[in-house]
Amino acid sequence: MPEHTTYAEAVNAALRLLLSEDDRVFLAGEDIGVYGGAFGVTDGLVGEFGEDRVRDTPISEDAIAGLAVGAAMTGMRPVVEIQFSDFVVNAMDAIVNQAAKLHFMYGGQVEVPMVIRAPGGGGTGAAAQHSQSLEAWFAHVPGLKVVMPATVQDAHDLLLASVLDPNPVIHLEHKLLYKTEGPFEPRAKIADTPARIGEAAILREGSDLTIAAYSIMAIRALEAAETVSDFGIEAEVIDMRTVKPLDMATVRSSVKRTGRLLVAHEAPAPVGVGAEIVAGVVESDALDYLLAPVRRVCGVDVPMPYARDLERNAIPQTENVVEAARELMKS
Amino acid sequence: MWTIRRFEEGVEELFSYDLLHGTMHLSIGQEAVAEGVCGALADGDMITSTHRGHGHALAHGADPELMFAELLMKDTGYCRGRGGSMHIADVKNGNLGANGIVAGSMTIASGAALTQVMRATGKIVACFFGDGAANEGSFHEAINLAAVWDLPVLFVCENNQYGMSMSQDRSTAGGSVAGRATAYGIPGVEVDGNDVREVHDATADLAERARNGAGPAILEAVTYRYRGHSQSDRDLYRTQEEIEEWRSSKDPLARYEGWLKESATLSDEAIESAREQAQDAIRLAVQGALTAPDANIGDLEGAAYA
Repeated sequence: MPEHTTYAEAVNAALRLLLSEDDRVFLAGEDIGVYGGAFGVTDGLVGEFGEDRVRDTPISEDAIAGLAVGAAMTGMRPVVEIQFSDFVVNAMDAIVNQAAKLHFMYGGQVEVPMVIRAPGGGGTGAAAQHSQSLEAWFAHVPGLKVVMPATVQDAHDLLLASVLDPNPVIHLEHKLLYKTEGPFEPRAKIADTPARIGEAAILREGSDLTIAAYSIMAIRALEAAETVSDFGIEAEVIDMRTVKPLDMATVRSSVKRTGRLLVAHEAPAPVGVGAEIVAGVVESDALDYLLAPVRRVCGVDVPMPYARDLERNAIPQTENVVEAARELMKS
Repeated sequence: MWTIRRFEEGVEELFSYDLLHGTMHLSIGQEAVAEGVCGALADGDMITSTHRGHGHALAHGADPELMFAELLMKDTGYCRGRGGSMHIADVKNGNLGANGIVAGSMTIASGAALTQVMRATGKIVACFFGDGAANEGSFHEAINLAAVWDLPVLFVCENNQYGMSMSQDRSTAGGSVAGRATAYGIPGVEVDGNDVREVHDATADLAERARNGAGPAILEAVTYRYRGHSQSDRDLYRTQEEIEEWRSSKDPLARYEGWLKESATLSDEAIESAREQAQDAIRLAVQGALTAPDANIGDLEGAAYA
């Protein structure tokens, strides 16, 4: 029987394994040392591995991302933390113009194997500047990969896979998931990770409709699927796990079986990852299998509000997925 | 230095024949900064470069034929035709790359320097940046980080006194980039950037210091670009008299040759021979590059990822 642990502890265990096994790996970020990171994810690591490998940085997001680029180009495997994903705005040149471009722009002379970990998403009452879901920004940039684990096991396995990847990877962790518990099997070696970037997982099989989601919305989709099952609707839930690249083969194959598609993410709908998933279905022969128009369940197109009710209504909840699934079955 | 100047004159000529795509930024007049800095580095030391980076690449050992090939959109170019003039890298020789973003390479240089510390290589990184970059946020973040971590990086401000058109006087509070070093508690040294010997000696001192674990420094080399910012520049922001004064009385090549003669280091014949060698090498490099195969369209899909 696998043990149970939290999502944050699963990330922590992955970081510990990475630091133990690969001396090219180092961590850098704001308050990740003695403080343990804003969400406690790096707890205990500085004591175990020392300040040379677990580096507290000044509050300098541009320098954090840029130093990762420079270190990665010269043989290291930096895993850096941006304290809240919102703060990547201050690091966008290093990420978009540097990390994403250099392998291609320099004709393949360099690889940039770096990972940026960043907590994203809302629900914590931290309002507009600490709650965003910015994955679509990164997914739109050639050269970056974007990973968004939903489960405790994936938080561990996908981080290991991200560090094994020779490209810059943005690893977005949802703040509300940090304390969630789930079955967990720690890997003994980095290469033992079964997770593959660009490979979705079917969390629940079903024959009536396909729900494609990722990060916390994959968990809410799973809850919604159990609820609608009571109404005789069997939903197949696909956790995309990575939003760049997207595993469209798994979605198309599912849609061909179910004939209905619902896409859910916390980020607002306009020009979001959901639109890309839908396009990937309707551009393929899976279009012919659709029995109803596709639907998206996404965040409201506003900055994240503070007040509890406002915030809750700005973020898609399990009941919104339930409602959309039931309506989809009527059409 | 003649190789750099002849290379860039060659680039201008190729541009005039419409053989290049896009613009380029020439460093004619600034050769002593590239040569003085790179000439003082040790084997295995690295550089990061700027959009005006032909001189840095050549001074750090790049093959002019592969640079011309890049500009001429050839598959044999340093970046296989994907980078162009503004993005030449020569990683094998320790040039981590030119950068089209002003100050874009500064935090990268700090990161590369961190690798040298963590790997105990004894190597340093020289980070070229322009006077304009000193007003970017990355300048502050990169230097502050390097200073608090004592990273072996030498920040070389190649101060040609203008951004695209905005003069340093109008753009830079305090007036001195080297002077800003005080705020970071590191050495800041200003040198005559058109005196290759002065640039060389200051670099050697600061590089040695960084190599010994004493941390970063700012070297500000004051120089002047004879050409416009890029091909679209009409020089509306400076006078012809100003340009002519620098060309006629402060040229880095003329000054170094003058010193070589006065100090009897080289004969007139040897100097003339060095000029000819540079000219011949550039001619051959252009010929070689012109006959290389074009950049390969078929390689594009998926090439963004390693």
